Amino acid sequence: MSRLGLPTMTLPPQLRGRPAKAVGVAVLVLFLYALPLLDLPIVTTPDSDFGGVLYTMATYVLVALGLNIVIGYAGLLDLGYVGFYAIGAYVTAVLGVQHGHWPYLLTIPVAVAVTMLSGVILGAPTLRVRGDYLAIVTLGFGEIIRLSAKNSDWLGGARGIQNVPKPPSVHLFDVPHLKWENGTVLVDVTNKTQAFVFGFVDYVPYYWMALTVVFIVLIADMLIKSSRVGRAWEATREDEDVAEVMGVPTFRYKLLAFAMGAFVGGLSGSISAAGANFIYPDSYQITVSVIFVAAVVIGGQGNRWGVMLGAALVVYLPERFRGLEEYRILMFGIALMLLATFRPQGLLPPRVTRRAKALERDLEDLETGEEPQEVTS
Amino acid sequence: MGQDVAAGPGETTGRPMLEVDHVTLRFGGVAALDDVSFEIREGEILGLIGPNGAGKTTCFNVMTGVYRPTRGEVRFRGRPLTRMKRFQITRLGIARTFQNIRLFKTMTALDNVKVGGDTNSSVGLLNALFRTPRQRREESETHQRAMELLEFVGIGRRAEELAANLSYGDQRRLEIARAMATNPKLLCLDEPAAGFNPAEKQRLMELIRKVRDQGFTVLLIEHDMRLVMGVTDRIVVLEFGRKIAEGPPAEIRDDPAVIAAYLGVDEDDAS
Repeated sequence: MSRLGLPTMTLPPQLRGRPAKAVGVAVLVLFLYALPLLDLPIVTTPDSDFGGVLYTMATYVLVALGLNIVIGYAGLLDLGYVGFYAIGAYVTAVLGVQHGHWPYLLTIPVAVAVTMLSGVILGAPTLRVRGDYLAIVTLGFGEIIRLSAKNSDWLGGARGIQNVPKPPSVHLFDVPHLKWENGTVLVDVTNKTQAFVFGFVDYVPYYWMALTVVFIVLIADMLIKSSRVGRAWEATREDEDVAEVMGVPTFRYKLLAFAMGAFVGGLSGSISAAGANFIYPDSYQITVSVIFVAAVVIGGQGNRWGVMLGAALVVYLPERFRGLEEYRILMFGIALMLLATFRPQGLLPPRVTRRAKALERDLEDLETGEEPQEVTS
Repeated sequence: MGQDVAAGPGETTGRPMLEVDHVTLRFGGVAALDDVSFEIREGEILGLIGPNGAGKTTCFNVMTGVYRPTRGEVRFRGRPLTRMKRFQITRLGIARTFQNIRLFKTMTALDNVKVGGDTNSSVGLLNALFRTPRQRREESETHQRAMELLEFVGIGRRAEELAANLSYGDQRRLEIARAMATNPKLLCLDEPAAGFNPAEKQRLMELIRKVRDQGFTVLLIEHDMRLVMGVTDRIVVLEFGRKIAEGPPAEIRDDPAVIAAYLGVDEDDAS
């Protein structure tokens, strides 16, 4: 049916029947996969391995997509999201090395299943409270997970777990990186990425893996959001009582949002553990939860592109300006303050917010007697 | 009960659809509703009137499951609603609008109606993820039905507008469309004409008659006596949480208790 030879079914509705847009998306996707190899000047982080930074960015983007379902779509403030991230990582580590020798790929389904289950267990009693109360309860959840891991010898205690299993390596071909010297581009034959070898030095294959998962989750996100499930979430966020009167079982949908969010969080945690090689409880501090929420809020909660951008930035900016040393956190703080002042809705607010704003402007123009710009419907 | 439409005001003979049976509701020591009983019959437009604070909206909230009665019960086609969740009551066939407009503001008019329409759909997450034929069929049915309803209430051209950006009158109409989308047997309208000028009220009443002619039973709360008299088949009058009269509009108009409680005051205000 489609021009790309893909069944139309798998394409998100936004891309259906638009070949130009589909080509543009394909180019962007290729660019994102090639990004760590291009070694672009200015873009590439000077003081840390760019492949590694991109890998972390991709795992955070994944987190933001999951958290966006909870905060952006369903309107539930979850301050303990790091708990799910930690559970995903720990399940992979426990099954893979601490208490078993499962291959990495087999630990993933168990990791997401356990995380989802914990999301339901957390959500079932707590989703009956609203707003700030929910934030406090989830905050506690994140800490409970971290402290449980820290105080349990079975989970490795404070030292954590080493030698987390890695994805299976299949060495198919080598890809050289590019090198930029005085404006000319060279192919750097001394610096090659082995595709697809998941080792200890080169993080590019991990980045590819994480990016692929990001795309899968992204498509799922689009499909769900544009269905009645997405509408039910939005209605619940807007006015829970009215949604209920309109026949939406709001509790069930909130629980579903929680479970979906947990699923993605656990997935991201498991993927991050693969590259980290060793995990320990204190890397899942409350501050990580705060960064996750910051990513969603900075990007524009409710807009999937916005939260992805937000997540990429909260990882990228501190790494890019690592040279500033401790001042980089200060810079980050200043950037946050500027953003809160000038774009309180986030960098890319949901389209509805933008449209509402545009209409407000038109109305103001009308009131002040200026001609509004022609709007055609 | 199509024949009721032709029967004219006051002559409805339909079976009882919803029964309010000796309902008392207390908030602390205050009885908001005191032993109220009446019924709504299939295919009629029942008016629920009374002075401010008489308990009309409270009565409404008991019927739609927002409050639980302290004593007595509400039955819909013989089934007690007392233990049901609100969304289950909606699915059973009772829909309502809100006196103080409560739309999903950041959603489009169309999506507002679709949320109501989703009541009739049962496809879940997995169907949505894999875009199964069933999901696509139900989605397009919901879409079509929502568009029809927007056309029906007269705001089809505003479908893609955000609910918050609709005019006041269109928001009231959207409330009705959204409630109708849940495919109710009984449609409860809580002062749908509040804030309207006489011409707008007239058009709204025509709409309500059209709704009834589509086979819905309607419960109407309204302040404006002339409108209530013109459109309803029967009227129930509340005062201080008690039912003081019930009957066809002509009888209510001449009921001394009603005149004392409500009409006299209202007509003084109106003249």
